[in-house]
Order: sequence, then C-alpha cells, then structure tokens
Amino acid sequence: MPDLDAVFASLADPTRRAILARLAIGEATVLDIAKPFSMTQPAISRHLKVLEGSGLIVRRVEGAKHPCRLAPDGLATIEPWLDMLRAALKKNYDRLDGVLAAMTPDLGKDPT
Amino acid sequence: MTKLTMTVEGDHNFVVTRRFAAPPQAVYRAHLEPALIQRWMLGPEGWTMPVCVNEARPGGKIRYEWADGAGHGFYLTGEFVELTPFSKIVHVERMHMPDATPDNHVETRFESDGAGTLMTMRMTLPNPETRAAMLASGMEFGMEASYVRLDAMI
Repeated sequence: MPDLDAVFASLADPTRRAILARLAIGEATVLDIAKPFSMTQPAISRHLKVLEGSGLIVRRVEGAKHPCRLAPDGLATIEPWLDMLRAALKKNYDRLDGVLAAMTPDLGKDPT
Repeated sequence: MTKLTMTVEGDHNFVVTRRFAAPPQAVYRAHLEPALIQRWMLGPEGWTMPVCVNEARPGGKIRYEWADGAGHGFYLTGEFVELTPFSKIVHVERMHMPDATPDNHVETRFESDGAGTLMTMRMTLPNPETRAAMLASGMEFGMEASYVRLDAMI
C-alpha cells in the first residue's frame, strides 16, 4: 500500500499526472515519455523517480532501458484516484441537477 | 438522496450511481442533447466543452472536446450501440490524450425512483490494467476540484 502523503505529493504536479496518463496507455521508456514534453530527459527522469518512490509506477531493467508502467496494485488500491474521479463526477452531476431543474417544467406535462 | 456512489466491481467493471430529482425522460435527454450536455459535463471550474457531437442512434458518432481556456484540452470519441428511450444508453468511448485509451464500454440505465431517477452507469473495460487506465485518464478532471480540499489536508 503506497504512502498516501507521497502519492498526493506525487500527483500534485501536472507533468507527473500527464506522465501517468501516458503510462495508462501502456509501458513506455523514458525517451517515449519525454517526447511530448518540452523537457530534458533528466528532468523527466526526476519526475519518474518521484512517481516510482510513491509506488505509482514500477520500472524494470531491459538492457540499458528502464521501461516504466503503472503499478497495478498502487492504482487498484489507493483511494485518492477514486477521490479525484469522484470530485469530477460530483461536480458534473451537481451541475446536471441545475440543468434538469430548468428542463423539468416542460416535462411536467409529459403523460408518461 | 443525490449521493454519488462509485464502485469497482470484479476485474473489469466500474459502476457509478446517482439519484436525480427529475424524471428519467429529463435525465435521459440531458445525456444525449448537445446543448444540455455542454452545460454540465465539464469537470472542474473554468473548463468548457466547445465541441459536442452526439448522433443519438445505433452506430452514431460521439465526440466531446474539452478546453480549459489556457490552451489545454483533450477529447473523447465514441459510438452509440443501443438507445432505449428513456431507460438505457449503451455506447463505447475512448479518451485521446492525444493517444487513444482502450475502449470503454458504457451502459447507462435510467430507472424511475419515486418522482425522480436512479441512474446506473456501468463501465466495462477489457482488463484490470485498462480499468486503471480509465481511472487515471479521468483523474485529470478531478484534480482541480479535489485540490481545494487537498490544500486543507496537506
């Protein structure tokens, strides 16, 4: 079980969140990950180190490469991920309540 | 009464439920009509959905584009599989960030619940890794909203 403080600190950075979103699609090397960012490879490596330290990603050794992937246990068990999604969905559905309230008068006449 | 529930079910599913005061007809329409969707499916404050394509028929295309007004954005594409007015929508969707995430099969049911509606959205992913991917890609939307709360915690 990853340390929650470390997880939160890890997720606080938008680059690290973008890296996680990239790894969500599949395993990738540092070079692959660095491509879409206007950042040096060492800078990306530092972010990867933070993500690895918080238990969100794992790296394996394959020759000189160290491909990274999401740590399945980290993701499956940590509540923060769900909390963030919950916050987004909650906001959407609270807004939907308002949209529905504005629609309902003309649906009140619906015989069904 | 409006409490949101989110449940990880087995290895492949993710289920969201939410109750609404409005009847199923209204909730169903609010999930299909672009002018309505663009008013609520927005994520954190400041985000908008400048493009909303929803061809509400089997095989019809879905395309939602979100933008934060500061040059960031991403989009979702999908196809409708089945539509049963005003009780069920089945569709497939994927996020583009910009690479596409694996397909997420989504069945959304709208059931009468007193004068209101119980909505049950069941997402089915091909495997646990893909489900983790879906949660991770959805995360970006929640970040901003949850950080207000997080600030107080840290």
